[in-house]
Amino acid sequence: MLVEKQATIDVSKIREEFPILRRKVNGKPLIYFDNAATSQKPKAVIDAISDYYSNYNANIHRGIHKLAEEATLAHEEAREKISKFINARHTEEVIFVRNTTEAVNLVAYAWGRANVSKGDKIVLTIMEHHSNIVPWQLLAKERGARVEFIKVDEDGFLRQDEIHEMIDDRTKLVGITHACNVLGTINPVRDIARTAHRYGALVLVDAAQSTPHMRVDIKDIDPDFLAFSAHKMMGPTGIGVLYGKKELLESMPPFLGGGEMIKEVHTTGASWKELPYKYEAGTPDIAGAIGFGAAVDYLNKIGMQAIREHEREITAYALTRMAGVSGVVIYGPKNPDQRVGVVSFNLGDIHAHDLASILDEEGIAIRSGHHCAQPLMEFLGVPATARASFYIYNTKEEVDILIGALEKARKLFGS
Amino acid sequence: MSSDIYRDIILDYYRHPRNFGDLPNPDVRAKDSNPLCGDIIEMQLKIGNGRVEDIRFKGKGCAISQASASMLTEVAKGKTLDEIKALSKSDVLNLLGINPGPTRIKCALLGLKVIKLAVYGYLGQAIAEDVKQLV
Repeated sequence: MLVEKQATIDVSKIREEFPILRRKVNGKPLIYFDNAATSQKPKAVIDAISDYYSNYNANIHRGIHKLAEEATLAHEEAREKISKFINARHTEEVIFVRNTTEAVNLVAYAWGRANVSKGDKIVLTIMEHHSNIVPWQLLAKERGARVEFIKVDEDGFLRQDEIHEMIDDRTKLVGITHACNVLGTINPVRDIARTAHRYGALVLVDAAQSTPHMRVDIKDIDPDFLAFSAHKMMGPTGIGVLYGKKELLESMPPFLGGGEMIKEVHTTGASWKELPYKYEAGTPDIAGAIGFGAAVDYLNKIGMQAIREHEREITAYALTRMAGVSGVVIYGPKNPDQRVGVVSFNLGDIHAHDLASILDEEGIAIRSGHHCAQPLMEFLGVPATARASFYIYNTKEEVDILIGALEKARKLFGS
Repeated sequence: MSSDIYRDIILDYYRHPRNFGDLPNPDVRAKDSNPLCGDIIEMQLKIGNGRVEDIRFKGKGCAISQASASMLTEVAKGKTLDEIKALSKSDVLNLLGINPGPTRIKCALLGLKVIKLAVYGYLGQAIAEDVKQLV
């Protein structure tokens, strides 16, 4: 049974809940279009972190006192909220890590070293973030394995023929981004997971750009691993999640060794705690986890359906308006149903960094550069792009101001 | 639009770079990039009597990086190698007439780094630590 609340949101009310949106930049109201890099934080999240430090700060799991008890409870409640948010089968499948990058490294190190050997293949896509490329290159070099990349077609979609050609019996793992941080493309991760599983390969989904903006359902996608970061979904920096299937996480060796993750330690060796603690060595980011939990509460309150719908609308509007600026080239799918709220573009021959500087003077924060996706940039044949990325608090009026600033930049550079 | 960073002179050097291209037989050439932005600058120098007799630059990147490199080539012509070594960050900022701020300063200083790399290379000297730190 599925009950979906009608998506109605009051953006001006939501904006009031983000203290930073009151700020001026260069004398102009801040227009924050760099959400794919990191999102802004609602007061509820800032307060939850401050409440922990002000009222029940203590180390977790071992202390036999009131504060330790409260802190432990809040930390584990956050795990449960996140587990429900992604519809995981078991709460202990949610491992706290620093960020998406660390999650991928954990898998490449712990699972990869035990399971990948000479002649094996790791299949990635050309649109991966460096964080889902470099750990596999390191592993492949160490183990004598190969890394292959599925390319994209001219509309920014993964090439179906290459998906079916490249994933084969030698493939040990398929690493794929759910939503591309440059093109915005939403990839058919469920179908790719099915294909991979037919060949006995595992699937790791980089969900850093999807989890904040759309419903991500573990039971539906059926990935073996899935990684995302709190800071892109209204939570604090420094904490993220690796989801892993229970049987896999149980069979893998640990990643980092140390306190918190052991059952017993002797001079002759050690044994590991049960999940999820086996992968959480050392004092964790307790405040981060609590803030992450508050962020998930906040997203649930608005509703992921409503967030997705609002961003789809803003993206559709931005794509249309930007296409009307002479000299603008937009990368990625044209249909807003097939992309998240990430719009990468170039304007004439103006370098993306110059564009970002000019927009900054207008109070508009965008990203410029290679977006940690150099293989994709090479493939597209551009050294850099500018990128505007949206969230629930962005408005069409802000897009209008962006368009005005782009026109000014064009005149200034005489493009 | 009034733009603090993109003064007319910077845009002029970006659109019409002086001393752009190749020298026929350079005595030394040096090249470096700014990993953050992907800006690339190459300098080619003809050296005689301990002075820069001729100089060209090539490159790709943002307006700040290309304009400052081009301005530097004009300043460098006729200078002694010691004078090139002595050029500083503030000399470049004075040429540009702006301070591009902490995020863009590396774009502005790439040309300075490359011209110094060329001089150190020509003299066969180890590159000074402060030169390596420029970008």
